Amino acid sequence: MQILSKVWLFCALLFISSAASAQLTIEITRGSDQALPIGVVPFAGNEGMSEDIAQIVQDDLERSGLFDPLERSAMFEKPSQADDVEFGTWRSLDVRYLVVGRVQQTGNSYQLQFDLMDISGQRQMIGETVTANANDLRGAAHYISDQIFEAITDIRGAFSTSIAYITAQGLGDNMQFGLYVADADGHNSQQVLTSDQPIMSPAWSPDGRKLAYVSFESERPAIYIQDVATGQRVQATSFDGINGAPSWSPDGRRIAMSLSKDGQPEIYIMDIANRSIERITNSNSIDTEPAWSPDGRSLLFTSDRSGGPQIYQHTLGTGETKRLTFTGNYNARARYSPEGDQIFLVHRSSRGYQVARQDLDGGRLVVLSDSTRDESPSVAPNGTMVIFATQQGNNGVLSAVSADGRSSFRLPAAQGDVRDPAWSPFLN
Amino acid sequence: MQLKPLARSLAVALSIVVIAGCSSTGGTQDGDSYGSQDGSSMGAGTSGAGTGGQYGSTTGSGSSAGQQADSRIPEVRTIYFDYDRDTIKSEYESAVMAHARYLRANPNAQVVLHGHTDERGTREYNMALGERRARAVQRFLNIQGVSNSQMSVVSYGEERPAASGQTESAYSQNRRVVFNY
Repeated sequence: MQILSKVWLFCALLFISSAASAQLTIEITRGSDQALPIGVVPFAGNEGMSEDIAQIVQDDLERSGLFDPLERSAMFEKPSQADDVEFGTWRSLDVRYLVVGRVQQTGNSYQLQFDLMDISGQRQMIGETVTANANDLRGAAHYISDQIFEAITDIRGAFSTSIAYITAQGLGDNMQFGLYVADADGHNSQQVLTSDQPIMSPAWSPDGRKLAYVSFESERPAIYIQDVATGQRVQATSFDGINGAPSWSPDGRRIAMSLSKDGQPEIYIMDIANRSIERITNSNSIDTEPAWSPDGRSLLFTSDRSGGPQIYQHTLGTGETKRLTFTGNYNARARYSPEGDQIFLVHRSSRGYQVARQDLDGGRLVVLSDSTRDESPSVAPNGTMVIFATQQGNNGVLSAVSADGRSSFRLPAAQGDVRDPAWSPFLN
Repeated sequence: MQLKPLARSLAVALSIVVIAGCSSTGGTQDGDSYGSQDGSSMGAGTSGAGTGGQYGSTTGSGSSAGQQADSRIPEVRTIYFDYDRDTIKSEYESAVMAHARYLRANPNAQVVLHGHTDERGTREYNMALGERRARAVQRFLNIQGVSNSQMSVVSYGEERPAASGQTESAYSQNRRVVFNY
């Protein structure tokens, strides 16, 4: 069976975004009452282009839950540069910030000039020009959103990131699974892999270039590592039993995983370069779902050593293991916040399975989501949002909630189940 | 259990085909070719993923519960479990015993026990629960005298539901162990 662990180089998979089932659209489901009112004026010269830059920026800002954009129909002036902004006009519309801009085409590329105005402070905060190719106008718009978001909130924007997710259709023997990568707003979905066997647990490498995931294509689970851009991939594990729940170390050299080769699932760390494994847990219980801390010093994992599943923290080096969750009898699949000071997890309440947050310095557990079948929380690299899988009718869909629980949005797919989302690290 | 040279060259050949074609189906279907690496050529040679119930009945459906049944793969290939349990319910003991008799009588027969859960709870934790169920069946069979070398376990967790929907009826059909020969 060792042959299975040999390196397999597959041809670059063509990125085909043909499957309509994988296209995601956004619905804002809960708006925050503390959102900042902002106006994003349609960019001058944008008419007739394939993408509406101001609309993309407006949608990004609204989705973050921190902004409440002014409707276009309420804008009776449409300035396109800082000098033309009448502060009084926008103050009377209760707008605190205003984005204006213009587009100029030169050959095959576009110059996007935008200005961010602080209406109450009557000053310009940003004036910048972005150059973009026709096929990367959305990327340029997300970049503008990132600049605006950071200038106002002092938090790095995460609009230029990606999400990986799994799709599934069918039942029993007749199922199709897909691994996709899309922009953080659900657009530009690209197929990474399809199989008639399960694919699950995608995990981004810290540099955002690779995905580790579990695939059953050999009729049992194995962990693969795939370069997203080239499609090139290797099979990293082929142990007897469960090969699951990969989680990269922050330095990208190791992967924590769950293996049941010696009986019950235990947490192991694999050195990617030489494939050596080190056993981390040793119990008569289920130990799975490891997650590496941002500082690389500890692992979260789920264990039922106390009866039902609860979250534990293992300090690497000392081996000290501490139970973190005590609220309720089902807490599983935890992930650290980017700062490492909070965890996001699946908590079973009287209502069902929900996404919850817990502060690590003894804080209580706070439920963030409001459905009853929520799972697989994954935190944005700037810590502001958590994407997760939930049910809408009989379909699995992706949903996201702000880390403070105040706002949420949903990314429904046209058909089939969408699940197991993983938010990429910063990509630029 | 090393990969047979044939399977190896087949896999190489298939990857070449994939490189040549690089079609929209992606890279995984070819992986199935080396899924049968133990090459035991038992049963119908299906890829054996999921409910085995519809396979193997090609030899006719009229079953007589006589002793000669030991020469035939038992017909009940799926047993069901209570929520969050891995104990074999008494109503399925006779079905499991029939598999034990068959496997004892046919030492060359191989069975893969597929463990499944319902969709509630997290995916990787359910993977562990599905394995626990399949291992419980494996232990039971082993106690009944079946060699461990005839059995292997694959958990599919909640990934291959037999029934859809968020009802107890669907959940109970999904909490199962399937015997795949």
